[in-house]
Amino acid sequence: MSETLLQVRDLKMHFPIKEAAGLGRTKKVVQAVDGVSFDLKQSASLGLVGESGCGKSTTGRMITRLLTPTAGQILFKGTDIAQLKERDLRPFRRQLQIVFQDPYSSLNPRQTVSNIISTPLRVHNLVKKGKELARVQELLERVGLNPEHHNRYPNEFSGGQRQRIGIARALAVEPEVIIADEPVSALDVSIQAQVMNLLEDLRRDLGIAFVFIAHDLGVVRHFCDEVAVMYLGKIVEQGSRDQIYNAPQHPYTQALLSAAPDLGTIRGVPPKERIRLVGDVPSPIDPPSGCRFRTRCWKAEDICATQEPLLEIKPQSTPGHTAACHFAEPKVDLTAASA
Amino acid sequence: MSTPAPQDRQVPEDRKDSMADSAATPPAATDAVAAKRGPSVATRERRQGSINPSGETPYLVVEDLAVKFPTADGLVSAVNGLSYSVPLGRTLAIVGESGSGKSVSSMAVMGLHDRKRTRITGSIRLGGDEMIGLSENDLMKIRGDAVSMVFQDPQSSLHPLYTIGNQLVEGYRVHHKVSKDAAKKRALEMLDLVGIPNPQRRFGQYPHEFSGGMRQRAMIAMSLINDPKLVIADEPTTALDVTVQAQILDLLNNLQKEFGSAIVLITHDLGVVAEMADDVLVMYAGRCVEYGTAEDVLANPRMPYTWGLLESIPTVSAANERLRPITGLPPSLLNLPSGCSFRPRCPYVDRVKGELCSTELPELLPVDGAGAHVSRCHLHDKASIYEAEVAPRLG
Repeated sequence: MSETLLQVRDLKMHFPIKEAAGLGRTKKVVQAVDGVSFDLKQSASLGLVGESGCGKSTTGRMITRLLTPTAGQILFKGTDIAQLKERDLRPFRRQLQIVFQDPYSSLNPRQTVSNIISTPLRVHNLVKKGKELARVQELLERVGLNPEHHNRYPNEFSGGQRQRIGIARALAVEPEVIIADEPVSALDVSIQAQVMNLLEDLRRDLGIAFVFIAHDLGVVRHFCDEVAVMYLGKIVEQGSRDQIYNAPQHPYTQALLSAAPDLGTIRGVPPKERIRLVGDVPSPIDPPSGCRFRTRCWKAEDICATQEPLLEIKPQSTPGHTAACHFAEPKVDLTAASA
Repeated sequence: MSTPAPQDRQVPEDRKDSMADSAATPPAATDAVAAKRGPSVATRERRQGSINPSGETPYLVVEDLAVKFPTADGLVSAVNGLSYSVPLGRTLAIVGESGSGKSVSSMAVMGLHDRKRTRITGSIRLGGDEMIGLSENDLMKIRGDAVSMVFQDPQSSLHPLYTIGNQLVEGYRVHHKVSKDAAKKRALEMLDLVGIPNPQRRFGQYPHEFSGGMRQRAMIAMSLINDPKLVIADEPTTALDVTVQAQILDLLNNLQKEFGSAIVLITHDLGVVAEMADDVLVMYAGRCVEYGTAEDVLANPRMPYTWGLLESIPTVSAANERLRPITGLPPSLLNLPSGCSFRPRCPYVDRVKGELCSTELPELLPVDGAGAHVSRCHLHDKASIYEAEVAPRLG
């Protein structure tokens, strides 16, 4: 078995809300992430899926320590980096890189591409002076851009090309883990596939482990070996790709899969069963008691309101497949016939 | 509003000139003129009887529509020779990447382009009446009444300083001479219809008090309040989460059954197309490259660009294989490649004899000699290539 790189344990992020109105201090918090745990092995890829506001990006930002968690541990090769000071954190920053969703706002428009990519090299003293350009060009070539374009500015590139620049910047310091926060959701389908293939190549050739954050279930199925489904700050189901997509147990996972529009029907595949959730995601300021999904769940009973279900392996499930539901049972027919 | 500049409005006699003008943009001017004129005559003749993939009498007919924007860098041909039609009760999906002209063409239908900065030629007929060349006042009477639009981002298309109810009532009273109370009754009815719980309370709330899905429902209520015959939905679910997207798509489907409106759905998500559309039109670089019923286009596509789109989507049910993206980037609309616009990215160029792909713009021709499924490609054996090579890869 390959080595476990990253262990996340009971990670929490509570953002306090400042309320001007009223007397006295309010103690309200947004429970953006509330107790998330997972492991990431070397060159593995874990998908974090969920709707907006479920805390998947916040989790990614905590792992890269762009945010300091309220509680919990982030063990990188055994060292807890969750509360490290900025100075002690620097060696770890080299190992944990992030690729952002929006290639338009994540590149400084006033810096040349060469500058953008070589800044991390300088910060970490990775190349000798004078050798920077060669390294930048090597990186540009690696991500499929013309190395001659190192002197250009981000505005001269298209969305897909910019995302490649962002990837080159993350690669510059030779990280072991890349957090990809919706790396393709801002791109057109044809370009999206190009970037997906690039990420796959990097994973295969360089052995980089990925935490892949996305809301597109098709993209996640394509890229990730393991999938964690999040709802309102918690992981509700986790397992291997096949476990999650072929035999989802949590009602929310089932609803997500059934809601994803699928091309299969037009090619004669019988339409899958439709589960339609009612209503919206509740506010993370005041999440429902017990199971957080119960307000939209068709299986909810009294116990769901009083007792919070644990993320555990259910008697009927295959090893490694966990679900947090009192009434978890696998449903197999939600994705059209998979080969 | 200022009076429209006469040369910008479509007059039948002008058409040849404007076409020559549009074709003169690519470098191979003379060839292109001939190539351009060929297909439009052929298609125009075929479309004269307003044939569409369903064969029903259409409500919206768009013929040979061209939208051009003069810019400092030159003339941008955002839409070129686009023709389609939608009957009542049917949904046409327009698919394409960003910049392919899908939104620009439907904004032209609504008359939303800045008159001073846009050149629109061709014909847009709504229930038989020509829309191009109408004055702003006449357009105002049609907009929101016979035709309405649902925009992508409900956050920015609702007015943040007016209550939802206020905005609904305003939309209704512009087109109906009724009292405020009657309009309010209608607005509450609509909020209820689109599945917003507790309409009485929601009526008095502001857009920021609504969630994304609820806002989009409010937008849909607003667009349907005057019982429009045609609804243009421009990426109505792109900004929404999947579970909410499913709710909104169901809602649109149900409302269409109830109201019998024609829907033009603009999207880049082929999954949404498969669930919603009766007909599909695929756009690339401002031109229609394939048009037919949803089954034709998605199950038996006959154009390499459509194949590429289908192959590049990772689907929820697909096997784990390497994606086959379309290589390269969409062309600049300022300087389209000669011949077929898709040529630089097309993996099948070498299957066509000679230099046809780079010299001549392929015509939009029926894929099986006749019928309403048309595609724009020089390949001779499209059907066999698809069956033998592309279809197996799609699984």
